[in-house]
Amino acid sequence: MNEKKLVIAAGAAIGLLSVLLVKFGNPPNMGVCVACFIRDIAGALGLHRAETVQYLRPEIPGFILGSALIALATGEFRARGGSAPIQRFFLGFFVMIGALVFLGCPLRMVLRLAAGDLNALVALFGFAAGIWVGLLYIKNGFSLGKAQRLAPSNGFILPGVAMALLLLLLVKPAFIFFSDKGPGASHAPFYLSLFAGLVIGALAQRSRLCMAGGIRDLFLIGDPHLFIGFVAIFVVALGLNLTVGQFKLGFLEQPIAHSDALWNFLGMFLAGYGSVLLGGCPLRQCILAGEGDTDAALTFLGMLTGAAFAHNFSLAASPSGVPLSGKVAVIIGLLVVTAIGYFNLPQYVQATSRKERSTYGTQS
Amino acid sequence: MAHRVDARGLSCPQPVVLTKKALAELQAGQLEVVVDNPAARDNVLRFARSAGCQVELSTAGDDYLIRITKKQV
Repeated sequence: MNEKKLVIAAGAAIGLLSVLLVKFGNPPNMGVCVACFIRDIAGALGLHRAETVQYLRPEIPGFILGSALIALATGEFRARGGSAPIQRFFLGFFVMIGALVFLGCPLRMVLRLAAGDLNALVALFGFAAGIWVGLLYIKNGFSLGKAQRLAPSNGFILPGVAMALLLLLLVKPAFIFFSDKGPGASHAPFYLSLFAGLVIGALAQRSRLCMAGGIRDLFLIGDPHLFIGFVAIFVVALGLNLTVGQFKLGFLEQPIAHSDALWNFLGMFLAGYGSVLLGGCPLRQCILAGEGDTDAALTFLGMLTGAAFAHNFSLAASPSGVPLSGKVAVIIGLLVVTAIGYFNLPQYVQATSRKERSTYGTQS
Repeated sequence: MAHRVDARGLSCPQPVVLTKKALAELQAGQLEVVVDNPAARDNVLRFARSAGCQVELSTAGDDYLIRITKKQV
């Protein structure tokens, strides 16, 4: 299959499986949402105690393991890391805060749009604007530095965590929390969710599908390749939503959504801004983590921590709107991402290494 | 000597950004780009082809060597 067909197939599969997962029990317009599902996993592990959003979503371990299996099979599994891990952790943290203020990752944004939720259109403008601003840094030489090859064992840590999560879901020990009501209580059967996760993970690994990458490449080099995947998700989900009667056009009373335009825009602005500096959206981070990228694995842990903070400190939005603390967190996030962008421009990176050379007397 | 871009260890889109910059500075001739992951390899290949250049791919251990030939405009 050529590259273009692959990215269309990956997008179409995501669109199809997302509508199917909702049909079989996942929350409305949330067939697949990386941010929401990581938040539910954080809740299930007791990292936050928001009773309505606690479930060990098998889709997320599915993404990681689907990617790991296909990468191992094709020889693309490579343990690597060391490209600004702590800064990536906090970028992941704030991407999650932005996504949970909007109520969805870039993937759910497209799915919400395909179900007629026009708040997601406002968010899409915010997401694209955040990517555009992040690209200003990239065009000026922004870099989080080079990753190094690592011993293979490093690459298996996050896939190992993914397997442990699946095991906990099957065994259901008493210390794992499961919602009785709310979005956390709505879920498709285990095997269907896991199957969908594995298929999406494998296809996303092969096609390099990335929501942030699609818009980024369009702006940066005029390359529509990844954006076509984005469009494929939208078209297939839209067609199926219209067929099964899950399409409702408008801003108001959309499922698990609020209609505060400013914060929908700014939440996804933060998510786009952070994602473009990370080099990929939350889905792409899961995929990279699956193929041995430990920096992406740390980004994943940053997202998990961000989700826990979002509900422990009431930062996350709800259908009734965005709390003040959430607005403050988004502004802090914008400042932190800006600082990370700025201080990784070549003049600052090189200024530091020059100083180090003179301190340690190394010849340049 | 051919111009060379070492983009090993860099995540997307930096390999493409570096390639784009090097190609813009090059009047005509060859540019060698080294990357170490398949996503970067595919992106650089796609970019160079869309810029109307000839490309040639080879592997060296775990690295991918992409030879881009830019014709005189």
